[in-house]
Amino acid sequence: MKKSADFNGKKVLVVDDDQDFLEQTSIVLRSLGFEIRSAENQKEAEAMIEKENFDLAVFDLMLENNDSGFVLSYKFKKKNPETPVILVSAVTAETGLAFDSETPEGKSWIKADVFLNKGIRPEQLEKEIKRLM
Amino acid sequence: MNEKLKVLVVDDEPGMRRGSVRALKTFSFPVPDMGFNVSFDLCEAGSGQEFREMMEKNKFDIVLLDYKLPDTNGLELLDFLQKGGFDLLTIMMTAYASIEVAISATKNGAFDFLAKPFTPEELKVVVRKASERLVLQREAKKLAEEKRQIRFQFLSVLSHELKAPLNAIEGYLRLMENKSVGEKISDYEKMIGRSLVRIDGMRKLIFDLLDLTRIESGQKKRELIEFNFTESIKKALETFTPDAGKKNVKISFEGKENIPFWGDPGEMDIIMNNLVSNAIKYNKPDGAVKITAALSGDFLELSVSDTGIGLAPDELERLFSEFVRFKKEATKGVEGSGLGLSILKRISELYNGSINVESEEGKGTTFSLKLKNQRQK
Repeated sequence: MKKSADFNGKKVLVVDDDQDFLEQTSIVLRSLGFEIRSAENQKEAEAMIEKENFDLAVFDLMLENNDSGFVLSYKFKKKNPETPVILVSAVTAETGLAFDSETPEGKSWIKADVFLNKGIRPEQLEKEIKRLM
Repeated sequence: MNEKLKVLVVDDEPGMRRGSVRALKTFSFPVPDMGFNVSFDLCEAGSGQEFREMMEKNKFDIVLLDYKLPDTNGLELLDFLQKGGFDLLTIMMTAYASIEVAISATKNGAFDFLAKPFTPEELKVVVRKASERLVLQREAKKLAEEKRQIRFQFLSVLSHELKAPLNAIEGYLRLMENKSVGEKISDYEKMIGRSLVRIDGMRKLIFDLLDLTRIESGQKKRELIEFNFTESIKKALETFTPDAGKKNVKISFEGKENIPFWGDPGEMDIIMNNLVSNAIKYNKPDGAVKITAALSGDFLELSVSDTGIGLAPDELERLFSEFVRFKKEATKGVEGSGLGLSILKRISELYNGSINVESEEGKGTTFSLKLKNQRQK
């Protein structure tokens, strides 16, 4: 992976309770030039949202609560309405839990800009981020 | 407890309706095994038209249906009931008691048949039979639905638990494929190490799952023999000495050299491995694990205490459910399938036994098991 400087000086908040996913996402984002701030749970992340400013956020849906990612998206957007939020999860397919942040109905309550399934490739993530920013 | 069933009496003769209502109004009986009494709320309808209107507005459990009505006949109404898919039972009443009518009524979905004139006692017998059927049928349906839900939930969580390590390993492989952090293999040591840890966790999950299914289905061949339980303890201690050493956790055993017990040694290994492994995993550095075992009458009493991170009261409540793992600062980096304690609980049930936990957050946890001797008499 080549180092790109596209997002040099930009700060991203990555929240996931899976340390490996956190590590992998951080590697990809760092290669894009981002400065990484990370948290492993909702509480920690809420405190960071409160104190710091970010240019992008990537939240896992299920942390200590099943809807942690929704709550974080909501709080994040309340403070930074214009900053893009990516919500990531592995739950949709098997639980039949279907929601789509792209439909008008989904947009009204999911305060995230994109919803991605886990297992996403680095190139895809990069593409989504470039589209959003 | 009382279960009120709603009964609709459909008859064009007011006297018949009143008689039936009077008989059932004060009628009540217990349903065996269900722990409640059944009694009745009654409504009346004098014509087919009135019947249809009442059906629209109410939810009835039992319909007593006259075969001959001025504006329609009973078979037509039976047809209406069947097509409507109502959750109720119908009892046909008719003065023209013939076997043909009875057969055609039953074919069309009537549950039972009452020949006019009938006594209040005859009415009660038939209504009671219908009520019992209805109540048990609904209960069975509810149980089947609950079972289906539990199974669905289990499978959903399971596939999630299996997908998580796959995603993690795949993610590392993609990063390696893209040479994302360097050209040398040594640049990827950490990724390779983590991938192996996740594969280990997945393997443990699959093995635990197999244990659990075998126990649940009763297909695991149980080998009940008399053996020395102290040997099971020693075996577990040997297995986990390296893990304990890494954290400098001291393990001690208090009990006799020979504790004769009738049971399945394989199941005892599962118990000991789970308890000792937990006691080390959730311990603090330089902590201690204390194992005690002794016979008490027909029971083996076993306890495993640790000086580890302990459990909060709300965690204790959920502890024995499948895939429950508590994510907090103190459990960071601790791997587990979330099935170990479910398995322990199932096994202790096989031994007419019990499993108890006492814990204080930050201080430690003690698991106590009582297992009954399985000597075949």
